[in-house]
Amino acid sequence: MPDNSDLSSATTQTPEKRTRVEREFTVAERSQAQLVLRRFLQHKLAVGSLIVLILIVLLAFVGGWLWKYSVEDLTGSNSQPPSWEHPFGTDAIGHDSFAQVLRGTQISISIAVLVAVFATVIGTIWGAVAGFYRGWVDTVLMRIADLVLTLPLLAVAAVLAHNTSGSWWLIAVVIAGLYWAYVSRVARGVVLSLREKEFIEAARALGASDSRIIFRHLVPNALGSVIVNATVLVAIAILIETSLSFLGFGVTPPDTSLGLLVSQNQTAVSTRPWLFYFPGLFIILIALTINFIGDGLRDAFDPQQTKVRA
Amino acid sequence: MTPTDPTTTAGDTVLEVEDLTVQFPTDEGLVEAVRGVNYELRRGEVLGIVGESGSGKSVTSLAVMGLLPKTARVSGSVRFNGNELLESTDKQLSRIRGRGISMVFQDPMTSLNPVYTVGDQIAETILVHNDISKKAAHKQAIELLETVHIPNPEQRAKSYPHELSGGMRQRVVIAIAMANQPDVIIADEPTTALDVTVQAQILDALRTAQKETGAAMILITHDLGVIAGQADRVMVMYAGKPVEKGTADEVFYTPRMPYTLGLLGSLPRLDVKTERLTPIAGSPPSVINMPPGCPFSPRCPLSDDICDQEEPDLESGSDSGHLAACHFSYRVEGHEPADLFRPNAEDPLPAGATEGEVIE
Amino acid sequence: MTETALEVESTTSRTPVLSARDIVKHFPVHGGGLLRRRIGDVHAVCGVSFDLYPNETLGLVGESGCGKSTTARVVLNLQPATSGEVEFEGQNLNTLARREMRRLRRSLQIVFQDPYASLDPRIPVNEIVAEPLRIHGLYENGGKERVRELLATVGLRPEHGNRFPHEFSGGQRQRIGVARALALEPKVLVLDEPVSALDVSIQAGVLNLLEDLQENLGLSYLFVSHDLSVVRHVADRIAVMYLGKIVEIAPAEQLFEQPAHPYTQALISAIPVPDPRKERTRQRIVITGDVPSPANPPSGCRFRTRCPKFANQLSDGQRTKCVDEVPELIDRGHGHPSACHYAEAAQLI
Repeated sequence: MPDNSDLSSATTQTPEKRTRVEREFTVAERSQAQLVLRRFLQHKLAVGSLIVLILIVLLAFVGGWLWKYSVEDLTGSNSQPPSWEHPFGTDAIGHDSFAQVLRGTQISISIAVLVAVFATVIGTIWGAVAGFYRGWVDTVLMRIADLVLTLPLLAVAAVLAHNTSGSWWLIAVVIAGLYWAYVSRVARGVVLSLREKEFIEAARALGASDSRIIFRHLVPNALGSVIVNATVLVAIAILIETSLSFLGFGVTPPDTSLGLLVSQNQTAVSTRPWLFYFPGLFIILIALTINFIGDGLRDAFDPQQTKVRA
Repeated sequence: MTPTDPTTTAGDTVLEVEDLTVQFPTDEGLVEAVRGVNYELRRGEVLGIVGESGSGKSVTSLAVMGLLPKTARVSGSVRFNGNELLESTDKQLSRIRGRGISMVFQDPMTSLNPVYTVGDQIAETILVHNDISKKAAHKQAIELLETVHIPNPEQRAKSYPHELSGGMRQRVVIAIAMANQPDVIIADEPTTALDVTVQAQILDALRTAQKETGAAMILITHDLGVIAGQADRVMVMYAGKPVEKGTADEVFYTPRMPYTLGLLGSLPRLDVKTERLTPIAGSPPSVINMPPGCPFSPRCPLSDDICDQEEPDLESGSDSGHLAACHFSYRVEGHEPADLFRPNAEDPLPAGATEGEVIE
Repeated sequence: MTETALEVESTTSRTPVLSARDIVKHFPVHGGGLLRRRIGDVHAVCGVSFDLYPNETLGLVGESGCGKSTTARVVLNLQPATSGEVEFEGQNLNTLARREMRRLRRSLQIVFQDPYASLDPRIPVNEIVAEPLRIHGLYENGGKERVRELLATVGLRPEHGNRFPHEFSGGQRQRIGVARALALEPKVLVLDEPVSALDVSIQAGVLNLLEDLQENLGLSYLFVSHDLSVVRHVADRIAVMYLGKIVEIAPAEQLFEQPAHPYTQALISAIPVPDPRKERTRQRIVITGDVPSPANPPSGCRFRTRCPKFANQLSDGQRTKCVDEVPELIDRGHGHPSACHYAEAAQLI
């Protein structure tokens, strides 16, 4: 057998083998997070929106401190149109409108983020529990959620917010109290499909408790879809807060929000349009950019967009 | 040097594929799904294409049918009865599809329309390519259902696809595939989704279809057993390229490519009790931005320096029809899988670490 | 090795580690309308009994919908049985309290079919293998080392433990699934189609690993599969299921050399072998039609609607028996039990 020596030499290449095992990892696909990021970055509108939104947030939270005027300052120059001194002009009693818009943006964004966090946490847990247990637990939890969804949102928010005396975080809680139900529906849908996955059955076979399965396996895996919805929620919350403040049920003076600014200055549209249009522009910018970011995230998470299989 | 198959005479070749490559540009790089496939298909023969997932066996036939997405870059040549398919217009291609070449897919629901009865769908296929009355087409449809062994064909013709079982549906698809007396039937994993007892029925039906129409058949599957029973000639694919070609007997009894030998050694068999399987270490390579050299080299027990530098061509050994792409094919000939592949290739359980140490 | 051989020989005289008695599992079928009334039952498993002995592999084979996977889940108490009993080392699983059942899970583990779906994609491999230890409060005591050992045992490099499942190939993922199942030192491992999602060249490595583990750790396997070739390779005994019932159960070699039930015979003859000459000359018993709906199984013998013997060989009088009388799973003179009134051993290979 002349081949024998060849064979033995081929099978005793130990250092060679090490590099081979390593090569197996070239088969690996990208991680879910990497894929999502990559797809998101390809969405030009979403990336542009993200940049604009970050600039707005920075402007509101950092710029507000640096700007020479504060919300309360009376500058002495009344009803000035925009100038270098007052980029957004001033109002009838001499408040700097730029400072007010920055403060309003701060409050509006804070409310929106708080709403998104509250509603997402409660809604996700609510929906995950309903989807995991199904049966009567599901029925009871989801009927409650349905009930919340049928409430005329603006009316309830108005009544509740009226009794909370305009503190911005209480307004956030009120809005979240009405919007978690949307999140719970989304989370339940995702969990219903996840719970049939084998890794959930595997956890059960290992003797994992229900809460472990829900919080360790179901919720983290449902998070992608939930986050997409949370971004939309931020945009909705901004608009709801604006509506409430506009109607006088939201943030009350001396504090301010974008909605309140628009409301206070609606009569000035024809005489001092800068007072109305600048806060209005910020509302539109924030809502629009968040919606585009939400679109981008949705596309990035969308499994339909799978790459060509190698 | 690419040797031509000397047993082929040009006259009876229906399909000729030459240097076919398919690439997909993706985010991660260029996916080289097919990297140079050559074959000739003669009237009445069954060519089996076997390979694991990602070997490019399905993409090859989709390219032949012109069914790849627009992003795919296809090059090479596919001649059907002398006509170049890769340069044909969509209109010319659709005339050939169904009439000249027809296809049977793994999932019959992809090729059946859920809102029409199966009888109507078969008749429709006949009407598209033939100038006959609707009634005659329907009569033919029922005959076709009978040919593929569907019981009560007249009644069944009135059923919708969802009312049929998976096996029945696949038979309907076969009936459609043979409706216009094609010259080539391409069956892509036709039985993979089915149970073994139904698989036997479907393979029977395919055989009948192929005999009745006199068509040549390309049978694509990952199942070496199915290939052994059905194919006259076999082409083994690995990482987008054929690595071994020959008659079924040559490939199964005297493989010349280590990969083929390894596959045979890792297969548990029904007919003999094997004491120990001999797995191939590692897993198939990614076909994205492939490194030079033989793609099987990282898993190959015979691998040497040359294998990592130069990709071997398909070359014949002593018997000219039997081709293999291996620098060391002479060292594979006449060996059993266990001679080359170690049974514990991927099993580094240290000799000392027995039960007591590992589990305690 | 002679020791293990002897052990297998004498299994029948020993006490089973796991036994199933008359397991029945029905799934309710609900109507469409508003009330979703229960309109019937899918009879997934109908009276399945078997014993699994220490250090033995029992193969459970059958085609899709025969109830083999449901049987496996009932055995693990992952799904409650409609009726019947599962005993593990003398304890009846059906009457155990939840807490006791969770403790018992340490001894009864499962490896799933799909290595892509059975590992949580968001958790690194170390944590996946550590999870059973954490659940049962064993991690604190040298859990980290234990995870490394487990990964090494299944042929993976412990250094790769901080990677995520998607970075591994299918065969490697299945090994991770095996490591997780082994973490609690189980006595019985249920293997639910453990290799059918893997490519051929990868399958063999996982099968060899399972064999080694059994030998080294003294495990008992309930090996569920649709692939008779794989089962022949791994199993000591094989039970063939059809439409929720075991139709034949025999030591592996006996089942292949003298299959007595017409369904077993058809199954064996339908599976192609990678040997062209054998394939060309093989006699095939082709059975017609498809598996009837388990929501409405045939009376008497469930296989009769597709049985070649029923169709071609039996007289009308004999057929009446098939239609009216459910054939019991008893030894009909072939050295092993089969559930056919007219069972007859045949030589097929």
